[in-house]
Amino acid sequence: MAGTVTAAAREALVRACAGRVEDATDTDLVGATAPRWVVRPTSTEEVSAVLHSATEHDLAVVVRGAGTKLAWGHDPERLDVVLDTSGLDTLVEHAAGDLIAVVGAGRRLSDLQDDLAGASQRLGVDPARSGTVGGAVATAATGPMRLAHGAVRDLVIGMTIVRADGVVAHSGGKVVKNVAGYDLGKLLTGSWGTLGVITQVAFRLHPVPAGRTWVTGAPMSQVVLREVVRSLVHSQVVPSAVELDRPVGGGDAVVSVLLEGHPEGLDDRAAEVAALLGHGAQRQQEPPAWWGREPVAGGEGADDQDALLKVTHELAALSKLLDALARAESVSGCRAALRGSVAVGTATVAVGGGADEVAAFTTALRASAPGFGGSVVLLEGPPGTTDFVDPWGPVGGLSLMQAVKAQFDPGRLLAPGRFVGGI
Amino acid sequence: MDTDVLAARLRALVGDAAVITDRQRLRTYECDGLAQYRVVPAVVVLAASTEDVAAVVRECAAQRVPFVARGSGTGLSGGALPHADGVLIVMSTMRRILEVDRDNQRAVVEPGVINLQLSDVTRADGYYYAPDPSSQQVCSIGGNVAENSGGAHCLKYGFTSNHVTGLELVAPTGEVEQIGGKAPDAPGYDLLGALVGSEGTLGVVTAATVRLTRTPADVRTLLAAFPGTDQAGAAVSAVIGAGVIPAAIEMMDALAIEAAEAAVQCGYPEGAGAVLIVEIDGPASDVQQVFEEVEGHCRAHGAFEIRIAADDAERALFWKGRKSAFAAVGRISPDYIVQDGVIPRTALPEVLSSIARLSAESGVRVANVFHAGDGNLHPLVLFDDSVEGESERAEEVSGAILDLCIQHGGSITGEHGVGSDKAKYMPRMFTDDDLDTMQLVRCAFDPSSISNPGKVFPTPRLCGERPGRHQGVHPLAEAGVAEVF
Ligand SMILES: Cc1cc2nc3c(=O)[nH]c(=O)nc-3n(C[C@H](O)[C@H](O)[C@H](O)COP(=O)(O)OP(=O)(O)OC[C@H]3O[C@@H](n4cnc5c(N)ncnc54)[C@H](O)[C@@H]3O)c2cc1C
Ligand SMILES: Cc1cc2nc3c(=O)[nH]c(=O)nc-3n(C[C@H](O)[C@H](O)[C@H](O)COP(=O)(O)OP(=O)(O)OC[C@H]3O[C@@H](n4cnc5c(N)ncnc54)[C@H](O)[C@@H]3O)c2cc1C
Repeated sequence: MAGTVTAAAREALVRACAGRVEDATDTDLVGATAPRWVVRPTSTEEVSAVLHSATEHDLAVVVRGAGTKLAWGHDPERLDVVLDTSGLDTLVEHAAGDLIAVVGAGRRLSDLQDDLAGASQRLGVDPARSGTVGGAVATAATGPMRLAHGAVRDLVIGMTIVRADGVVAHSGGKVVKNVAGYDLGKLLTGSWGTLGVITQVAFRLHPVPAGRTWVTGAPMSQVVLREVVRSLVHSQVVPSAVELDRPVGGGDAVVSVLLEGHPEGLDDRAAEVAALLGHGAQRQQEPPAWWGREPVAGGEGADDQDALLKVTHELAALSKLLDALARAESVSGCRAALRGSVAVGTATVAVGGGADEVAAFTTALRASAPGFGGSVVLLEGPPGTTDFVDPWGPVGGLSLMQAVKAQFDPGRLLAPGRFVGGI
Repeated sequence: MDTDVLAARLRALVGDAAVITDRQRLRTYECDGLAQYRVVPAVVVLAASTEDVAAVVRECAAQRVPFVARGSGTGLSGGALPHADGVLIVMSTMRRILEVDRDNQRAVVEPGVINLQLSDVTRADGYYYAPDPSSQQVCSIGGNVAENSGGAHCLKYGFTSNHVTGLELVAPTGEVEQIGGKAPDAPGYDLLGALVGSEGTLGVVTAATVRLTRTPADVRTLLAAFPGTDQAGAAVSAVIGAGVIPAAIEMMDALAIEAAEAAVQCGYPEGAGAVLIVEIDGPASDVQQVFEEVEGHCRAHGAFEIRIAADDAERALFWKGRKSAFAAVGRISPDYIVQDGVIPRTALPEVLSSIARLSAESGVRVANVFHAGDGNLHPLVLFDDSVEGESERAEEVSGAILDLCIQHGGSITGEHGVGSDKAKYMPRMFTDDDLDTMQLVRCAFDPSSISNPGKVFPTPRLCGERPGRHQGVHPLAEAGVAEVF
């Protein structure tokens, strides 16, 4: 870009964003790619103006929430602007009686949960890490409570987005039940910033149950695990979460179950779960330390970042997944740890190793994916991993997705190349 | 294209028996559950397989002939209204349950499978299919998917979109796409989220993978009679405010009760100005506690009689009045409009009194039946078509009710869809830019706008161009592909 053109683009951004434009520094990298500028709009209108300018000046844009997961996905093909959402952090509305909240995309998830806690309500995305609402929606975060409340996409009831061309669009609304028009909120959930900038989200909330308790089994072998999980899944005890912790390198795994409901009803239910978990099951008022956290493969205090994978599976194929994991470990020479929501069919896997090892691990696990009926996505790996392996793997309906992208962002300005199939 | 030529081509593709052109037989398909809209299709195809559907759609795409999928035809928004120059693809002939996979809590079904049939087949295994529209004895799962149908129990268990994990789609180009599967979260955009509720405008669904839900250990149901809807509404707020999520919480007002009594003799408490049906399900120890709480809230807010279902038969009787409510108003009025709107639940008392005012001012009676937990109203607007001007007045009241919903931040449809009927109301709820953006999805799937054209959106978007820049007659309208409202 010639100097004058660059200056004109920057000026346009300054006008669009009331001066909140800064030259990027080393801390603004997206993966290994450096932007020119960071803009910090404080309203949907400003986001719209920024994207108008981006379209006019052909600037590539990556949205940044808290920036905690910015390295996930491919690096963008090109990058001019990081659009920081931290100025979009208002709680617009919390209608406790209607169990809904409308919130700016830049609000921290943990702040939102604090906002709601006063009314004994919660958003069913847990546990809140340091990211923003927009980040959790854009990446379709999934935590233990999904079993009780559904995925993020099921909790989004309305959304305001800004398209690449600066047009502002709403879908859904502020009511839980609504079938007017296409559900753009679902399409944008998990779109990784490639279809539009999410500026505001309306959520369905849930009451915090009066009683909650955890029942955790003693470490168990895979053979036992399989039967235990099966019996839990098909029981009528209605757990709010069933989580598995399979430690690094194999070994006995731990299953922990969250029960919620009327305090006086919990004893019977906890006893039933303890019986299903078998000898040594313990009831606690707090979750185990690993609950809802990303697994760790590196071992004690290791500085080297683990690679992180998201894996899905058919419910009854958990054993096949664990077998495949062990095989992938031995093929690649990496050690891996898994934490999963086994009654939902999602898991996160941490892998310790260099780029080629992580790639080999991913490739091996993915080769077994038809056996467990799911998918394997590499969220983050050591630099260079994606030279050896496609982080997303095979994608059904890819041509339709590419067509959607072409309609929403014909100029490929929003996080180009970051998502599936080069989207 | 000439209908005879089109029909001949289709016969060559799917066989003579599956193609209908006889005018008398075509008329069977001229409307769905909203009978005031009628269009006789040019050709009807009875689909037998995905390959059939793909072949028909490919032919339509090649000739730019519009097509409309139809399930059981129970839709209440004119969604399956045929196109006069188009092909109506009847999916109710594809009604095999392909797989019941209890271990994975999934079933794979053809789209014509009747909703209730799936629950009937899986119940012996301790499972059922949770979305339960009142029409579940006849409506198809394909229709449910297209409408994102809900039911009395979706307050707790969610709508169709929460229960679909995979779809086989014949896209409007004729390509067969496999989207999602038995596992959650297939990589890429959430196309399932876009497809469910798209009312047949993004292609034809030829198979669905759906979640099966474990039957609850215990179910308890009560029927509470109140002097009026204000008290019943306050009881609902108290229950929800206490953090209880009932499996269902349904309300009927005096006129709706009167109709139900006349039709099915459900024997609701005499003198009730409103009744609530509340159902609590789950683990026995939990249900028992919660149920007592709910009972307490009902009494505290003026319930003068509470009945508790002693067994399944009594439970069924409670539900009978509610589930037959739409048809029942036929007993007290020759004609009626079934409205479907949504409001934030806390606006219920205000909106109900506004509806009463509308009714008093216009002289048009309105019976109210609703899913009280999620604010989904089904006002039944009563009129007599044989009386000059009544149907227009009823139509006006019905439209004014939707305006009330929008004013309170609600929606013009909670479950019956937009279809042909409500496309004209969409601009009251959404801006041009909102609608334009939704239609980007349409353009991605169906650039020629041949999949159920004229539904959902008041004005079609010309794909590949920015809106508002074309002049004169819309080219699609000119070609007879799309209607402009
Ligand atoms: C399988 C899985 C499980 C997870 N489990 C949990 C959990 O239990 N708890 C939890 O708190 N988190 C969980 N997360 C992580 C959650 O996604 C992060 O909290 C969040 O992504 C980070 O937020 P951030 O603000 O730091 O986003 P960033 O790191 O800033 O951005 C992440 C991505 O989202 C895009 N993005 C961010 N904001 C927007 C926006 N407004 N519009 C469009 N795109 C945007 C970015 O471009 C980027 O691609 C999980 C994620 C995955 C994939
Ligand atoms: C008495 C009564 C009670 C009702 N109660 C409820 C209720 O409680 N909740 C509720 O949500 N609805 C209710 N409805 C409305 C209706 O039953 C639902 O919308 C139902 O899902 C329609 O299913 P169907 O098979 O009859 O579809 P149809 O009416 O045949 O079609 C509906 C729409 O789906 C599309 N479609 C059908 N099959 C396919 C396919 N295979 N692929 C793509 N598109 C397809 C059609 O093009 C059309 O747009 C009720 C209707 C009646 C008559």
